Amino acid sequence: MTRELNVALIEQAVRDLYIEACIHASPDLRAAVRAAHARESKPVAQEVLGQILQNMDLATENGLPSCQDTGLCVVFLDLGQDLHLIGGDLNDAVNRGVARACLEGRLRASSLTPLTRQNTGNNTPAVLHLRIVPGDGAHLTVAPKGFGSENMSRLKMLNPSDGEEGVKDFIVETMRLAGGKPCPPVILGVGIGGTAESCALLAKRMLLRPLGQRAEDPRLARMEEELLERINALQIGPMGLGGDTTALAVHIAELPTHIAGLPAMVNMQCHASRHREMTL
Amino acid sequence: MIQLSLPASRGELAKLRAGDAVLLSGFLYTARDAAHKRLVGLLGEGKPLPFELRGAAIYYAGPSPAPEGLPIGSCGPTTSARMDAYAPALLRQGHNVMVGKGPRGAEVVEAMKETCSVYFAATGGAGALLAMRVKAAETICFEDLGTEAIRRLTVEAFPVIVAIDAEGNSLFSA
Repeated sequence: MTRELNVALIEQAVRDLYIEACIHASPDLRAAVRAAHARESKPVAQEVLGQILQNMDLATENGLPSCQDTGLCVVFLDLGQDLHLIGGDLNDAVNRGVARACLEGRLRASSLTPLTRQNTGNNTPAVLHLRIVPGDGAHLTVAPKGFGSENMSRLKMLNPSDGEEGVKDFIVETMRLAGGKPCPPVILGVGIGGTAESCALLAKRMLLRPLGQRAEDPRLARMEEELLERINALQIGPMGLGGDTTALAVHIAELPTHIAGLPAMVNMQCHASRHREMTL
Repeated sequence: MIQLSLPASRGELAKLRAGDAVLLSGFLYTARDAAHKRLVGLLGEGKPLPFELRGAAIYYAGPSPAPEGLPIGSCGPTTSARMDAYAPALLRQGHNVMVGKGPRGAEVVEAMKETCSVYFAATGGAGALLAMRVKAAETICFEDLGTEAIRRLTVEAFPVIVAIDAEGNSLFSA
């Protein structure tokens, strides 16, 4: 049995989810910032966290993007292997969704050719990650990514002899070097293992995990808690102005890697953590 | 809460201390990566600048497009460190207030001390909140740069924190 799905529906979903993600903060993010605000001991940090909370409400009330950096549009699409796409080129449909969101949602056009710095004018192309999965559904996640934080991401090909301690030190060092630049409080998506590119993609996927949810593997969950504590002990604080809240969460996942290697990637996410999903 | 009118005098700026919460009112000029490159390029060629730098407050920001009924879209600060390569040259032309987010390099702090300038941090990501404090916006040059064009914003009670004061005291850890 093959189910047909018109790519026009994917276009519309990309458009809607992109705009919605930019304007409306998700409940888990609101809860995490609210909890940090209540815990924070430094007045300047409290003031900043208070503004972040107020900003979430004002963005929703006024239909404005919560952050002017509406990102590059990262799209994760899991397609069922029993699905037959009709109505044209899938990639074109996704890009039309992005372009319409940019225009109709008054999002900022930030996408450009890297060396000539020529702006594409409508945030296309999307950064599209496709996976073929069992079934006949299509699961879509739209995750606009701002570059203040993306710029602070780091990949390191460690030596196996560096071990778990080496990986943990690399993660804490990445935060220390980033300081106030990536708009803390941040979320750290961490990939360990795989190859250079699969490790990087895994780290990005870790940013999609709901806040408050730990890794299923108790070993990784413990590591997440330990790293969160070490990072917050740096006292970088909200916007780097000092305080107890440097990160809201550390999300880690592993992939098998090579006997000669130990890759680790940190994908840095600012407090404007935006992702929306839908099943078609 | 301290109120500061822009443009600000040297005397007013000298009184501010790192950590002070301040509400800015008056003119802020938006300029980020591409606009800075052009301004410093013009200076290097000895050509006139498109606006008076003396006493100017520059806001490192590239807003999202204005929706109907508002002067500007979402309008929070961008990472200031990317402007570190350009800021000292502009400070030495008399520009004395910078608004952005995140730490600054040693050369910027040195130039600030030399010129009695102040660096304010606005809350990154608070683009909707900060947009509400913008009462008018006018593109004054480099329109071809889109969001990176230089705009003159008229702001009222625009909330910032003194991140680095004119004596070089800083809230950022080294």
